[in-house]
Amino acid sequence: MSEEKKKRMAIIASKGTLDMAYPPLVLASTAAAMEVETTIFFTFYGMDIINKKKYNHLQVAPIGNPAMPSPVPMPNIIGMLPGMTAMGTMMMKNMIKGINWPTIPEFVDTCLESGVKLLACTPTMEMTGLKKEDLVDGVVIAGAADYLDFALDANISLFI
Amino acid sequence: MDADYVIDCKGLNCPMPVIKTKKAIDEMEPGQVLKVEASDKGALNDMPAFAKRTGNEIVESSEENGVFIFYIKKA
Repeated sequence: MSEEKKKRMAIIASKGTLDMAYPPLVLASTAAAMEVETTIFFTFYGMDIINKKKYNHLQVAPIGNPAMPSPVPMPNIIGMLPGMTAMGTMMMKNMIKGINWPTIPEFVDTCLESGVKLLACTPTMEMTGLKKEDLVDGVVIAGAADYLDFALDANISLFI
Repeated sequence: MDADYVIDCKGLNCPMPVIKTKKAIDEMEPGQVLKVEASDKGALNDMPAFAKRTGNEIVESSEENGVFIFYIKKA
């Protein structure tokens, strides 16, 4: 395999809900295991996935999400009630635990350990007042051109 | 078949068996054999895909009571 040029995957992670945080991390860590050079560019809400204060507390909201499993059938509007987001998040976290999946912080660590490059979007940091020390160690602060320089040579490019 | 190393991935779901396999293989010498035990049905296709892309070879695979067993030789 070494004589071939390494395959590349470029991912943009733009969402900060629990359900949307897993796919970029699962794909990136798997790609790294398959010796694919991988970069994730975190932008907008996606920054929460690498925000040390937030990444262990990502949530998922039942409201406006008819696909969310419910123990009893109920109208989606019930999701507006106080506590429903916390309840939905707890349910999903239990489901995740039930299949022995790592937590978001553990998955971020796995990505870093296996050489996945994690890029943090500078305008999002400016906009939300985030500092480098708020982010997971090992994250690189970068702009769109840096990401595109990598993505232009990528075999797979995903926007999540 | 004899293996130099064994990892137990039973009860773990995709992508963890692949990630654990890669971690184990990285610590091995070329030519050594790793035995992977997995219960994830995805592993049936994931392991060959992993092997193909990394150049490591699956020398033997089998199934016993819902456990998939792979012997992977490090390239």
